[in-house]
Amino acid sequence: MRDVFIIGAGQTPVGEHWDLGLRDLGASAIRAALDDATIETVDALFVGNMLGGAINGQENLGALLADAAGLLPAEAWKVEAACASGGAAVRAAALSVASGAHDVAVAVGIEKMTDAVSESVTAGLASASDCDYEASHGLSFTALSALLMRRYMHEHGVSREDFAPFAVSAHRNAAANENAMFREPISIEEFVRSSQVASPIGVLDAAPVCDGAAAVVICSRDALQGHHRAVRIAASAAATDTIGLAGRADLLTLGAAKRSAEKAFAASGFGPKDFDLFEAHDAFTIITALSVEACGFAPRGEALKRAAHGCFARGGCIPLSTFGGLKARGHPVGASGAYQIVEATLQLRREAGPNQVPGARVALTQSIGGHGSVAVTHVLEA
Amino acid sequence: MPEAMDLPRYRRLTAPYYRLEGRRCKKCGAVQFPAREACGACRGREQEPYRFSGRGTVFSFSEVAMAPQGFSGPYLVALVELEEGVRVTAQLTDVDPDEVEIGMPVEMVTRRLQERGPQGQGYLVYGYKFRPALVPKASTPARP
Ligand SMILES: [Zn+2]
Repeated sequence: MRDVFIIGAGQTPVGEHWDLGLRDLGASAIRAALDDATIETVDALFVGNMLGGAINGQENLGALLADAAGLLPAEAWKVEAACASGGAAVRAAALSVASGAHDVAVAVGIEKMTDAVSESVTAGLASASDCDYEASHGLSFTALSALLMRRYMHEHGVSREDFAPFAVSAHRNAAANENAMFREPISIEEFVRSSQVASPIGVLDAAPVCDGAAAVVICSRDALQGHHRAVRIAASAAATDTIGLAGRADLLTLGAAKRSAEKAFAASGFGPKDFDLFEAHDAFTIITALSVEACGFAPRGEALKRAAHGCFARGGCIPLSTFGGLKARGHPVGASGAYQIVEATLQLRREAGPNQVPGARVALTQSIGGHGSVAVTHVLEA
Repeated sequence: MPEAMDLPRYRRLTAPYYRLEGRRCKKCGAVQFPAREACGACRGREQEPYRFSGRGTVFSFSEVAMAPQGFSGPYLVALVELEEGVRVTAQLTDVDPDEVEIGMPVEMVTRRLQERGPQGQGYLVYGYKFRPALVPKASTPARP
């Protein structure tokens, strides 16, 4: 397999884009990434998206966005892995270049969630779970996270309040990110008081429903030419776990997240101590905690203790979600994995502005779908 | 969401939904729910239907306030650990939210899960839910 590099990154602001549809958002992010790379065309386009069919009535996003972004007749199709779709699209693009099939490819993650009423969005998100054995029994996506969180609190003897640092820190990091949805800080008190969606999960545990698209241009060493800001994809790895939570032997270890991280560490030669930042899948505070543990940044059951000591905040031992993460930048589900890669790329290019992690050289990103049934992990190196 | 045409879908689920039927591996004896093509323990392909007792304990739970389409909150959901050691995700019923706790003994009952299709003209999907065990586990006679 050949070495692959990121030579362009683009994103739209995350939020409620009443004036922009799927094609506008997608084309905008793709064109921004191509402009950033100073190229006009690519060999292939990989679209990460989860809900286009379910709530926008639009599938075949490969052709839709190749057409909208002026990339015809490039090969293009959609990659779907629930909330990990964005990470999976980046991996698909990286594999296509690493294999030699293409020299230059673009991956875009996109989601347009605000075109549907909230019950439809809730039902659409639930389709990432086991439809016959979870969603059909009334388990929403949030309810499944709540089952994880309740058990975590029970086994590790922690309270709801102990999860607050993840959300508070995400909002603080989003303040200076002009593409973030929530730039207002929140307090621990507000976190604890926030209304319950599915106990013990409150509104401020959860990432918001929103729209957005992010894209990266990926190329081979031969196609690098004059791109001196290139970031190398040192590893790309993915794994799966049982579709339903009930099938997990150890409910509180995200097996796919752990396995994909281990594979990425082995392939890159980097380990938890080497990373300067971690773009985590903080869709719910409990998922942040489990992802942090799965990647070896804390032993099992110790993530909240480390969070309380500021380990995951800016200036801590491993800064998390440096532009606000899914929680505060926003979580347009199929796009989030691509936003992580864009943000890590900006960090490694030292273009993160007020959010810059000083001396950032190696970054980890992890995109998780279906409560850990699928996970995609990337290691990026300046 | 598909509506009228998903009647066969729920008919296919009759054995697990009505009888909590999964599979047992003929080679190593491991049981699983729902059924999968290979044994979860030894990957053996020789399996037979296995009906779970329906008795277990609450492993984790949540009260759902914001319900998805087709459901109306609030209601309780749980991961139930069956006495055979396998977990199942289901709603809890006939219980006050304040009385639920991890470790609480529960037993399976058959209840209405949802109404599909246009209101009043659709069909009802029945399946398992769990309620607090009426008979304490210790005094329940063992089944063959
Ligand atoms: Zn077996």
